[in-house]
Amino acid sequence: MTAETVAPVRRTRGALRPGPVVSRVLLCVVGAVFLFPFVWMLATSLKPTNEVFASGTSFFGSRIEWSNYTVAWTAIPFGRILVNSFLVALAGALLTVTVSVLSAYAFSRLRFRGRATLFAAFLATMVLPQEVLIIPLYLMMQKAGLVNSYPALILPFAFGAFGTFLIRQFLLSLPSDYEEAATIDGAGRLRTLVSVIVPLLRAPISVVFVFAFIEYWGSFLWPLIVVNDASMATVPIGLQMFSGERGTDWGPLMAAVTLVVLPSLLIVVLLQKQLQQGVSMGGFGGR
Amino acid sequence: MAATVAPAPTGAVPAPRTRSSTGGPGRRRGGWPAALYLSPGMLGFAVFIVVPLLVSLVISFYDWPLFGAPEFVGLDNYRYMLAGDPAFWLSLRNTLIFAVLYTAVNLMVALGLSYWLMNLGGRWAAFFRVLFFIPVVTPMIGNALIFRLMLNDDGVINQMLAALGIPGPQWLNTPGWAMLSLVMMSLWQGMGYNIIVLGAGIAGISPSVLEASRIDGAGPVNRFFRVVFPMLSPTIFFCTIMTVIGAFKVFAQPYALTEGGPGNATNTLVLHLYRNGFSFDRLGYASALAWVLFVLVMLITALQFSQQKRWVSYDS
Repeated sequence: MTAETVAPVRRTRGALRPGPVVSRVLLCVVGAVFLFPFVWMLATSLKPTNEVFASGTSFFGSRIEWSNYTVAWTAIPFGRILVNSFLVALAGALLTVTVSVLSAYAFSRLRFRGRATLFAAFLATMVLPQEVLIIPLYLMMQKAGLVNSYPALILPFAFGAFGTFLIRQFLLSLPSDYEEAATIDGAGRLRTLVSVIVPLLRAPISVVFVFAFIEYWGSFLWPLIVVNDASMATVPIGLQMFSGERGTDWGPLMAAVTLVVLPSLLIVVLLQKQLQQGVSMGGFGGR
Repeated sequence: MAATVAPAPTGAVPAPRTRSSTGGPGRRRGGWPAALYLSPGMLGFAVFIVVPLLVSLVISFYDWPLFGAPEFVGLDNYRYMLAGDPAFWLSLRNTLIFAVLYTAVNLMVALGLSYWLMNLGGRWAAFFRVLFFIPVVTPMIGNALIFRLMLNDDGVINQMLAALGIPGPQWLNTPGWAMLSLVMMSLWQGMGYNIIVLGAGIAGISPSVLEASRIDGAGPVNRFFRVVFPMLSPTIFFCTIMTVIGAFKVFAQPYALTEGGPGNATNTLVLHLYRNGFSFDRLGYASALAWVLFVLVMLITALQFSQQKRWVSYDS
């Protein structure tokens, strides 16, 4: 702390000064503690189940039990479940993006009566807990015969206000010169939107896409209600089914969790830029 | 890009593809194009948000089984909730305790960590922000299973405590400890979100302001309370709103970690709602619970907005 008053103008880059070094070491400790649950998950996934608790605080059992992974993979239709989750997340994210772009365009570029009121009402639902809606939604799906189907998993949560809000913000800061030029050139409105505006919106669109994808990927309550068939399960439901059947079979269970955590990890690492952008703009609506 | 669209001679009839814009291109006052672009979004908004919200209120006045005929019962569900269902009060109490603990600790720690990261700066900050974000993205149910393993009576946490000579509690089977476990796991999972949001907010503070306070001789602690906190208050306010809402919706954690137990010690409003609706076949009562949750969240959010003048400063 005193170091800072000694050299007020110099940037805090000096790695040799004791302050930053201690600070960094301490941060690494915090990071290690934070990551410990994942490390323990991985360690447990390679232990024979009867040694999970007997091995105490050791990271390894008496042998490396690779078969946990084959058990996990075959006990539930894991391949099918991964494909389900991926398809649902992909289709849901694409639908969310499409709808959001169209609405954001209307709310920012087209004039119509009641625009401000409608947008305010729409935006207000960002703080509405979706949990409030699940019972009517379930009855709706039941009536429509859509229980245990992709549309039931996808449709109800593709119309939130976040995507529209985010893309509209970008559109408002985007000068309309390009569009006007294109319109004068004779391009129709839809064509202008698709070939001129959408390419300029690549950044917010990718943020909305990534967030919607992750929302669908991790969604739990709704799939738990609307899916009761393992062949339609998404990843969280598959895990739930597996743990319901063999909740104390910790080796294979942690192998299954690891198989689920890995793609998520990949998502975080690959998409960190969009994630950081999107979170700071209000994605996820709190968790 | 516009060049490729150009060939149509100027002054020609409107491009044939846009049957929607009946009045030709350009900004007309008419609502037709707007209606077309809005229709997918607003149709979905109506069908999947507005209608369910209202229908949910209607259902709450019925005795409504999953299969079979519903029966109108007036305010009976609400009467039962207030007078006949002690589990409701418990789940409400638990939700409030959870929300207060979770929000308070989450914001304090996230704020501290993001300030720490800001002082380190550069790659270190970026790396650790991503690291803290990982559990936000990994499926909650997986996170809960990992914690169930670690907090088991013979799990690694208790074994570590035992190695230090401390007898560990039955984390998931004792009321107070179970709630604490729930909060800890949720913090681990959710904090990365606020760290990134607050980090973005801190990055928005002009470096010259910080530098000025540094030259004035303000230490890091002083600088935090005099400069960073006030300038960051709108972001902190946003985080508080979102974190409180998130806390009131807590479901997957108690469902998978403690199953609401022991007894009802970690039962929450949404878990109670889910069980009534889909385990006890009482959709009407569950809808009444949903509306109570809805009104509660709206009230608390409104309350926070009304109080923001006291500590949030938007002049920067």
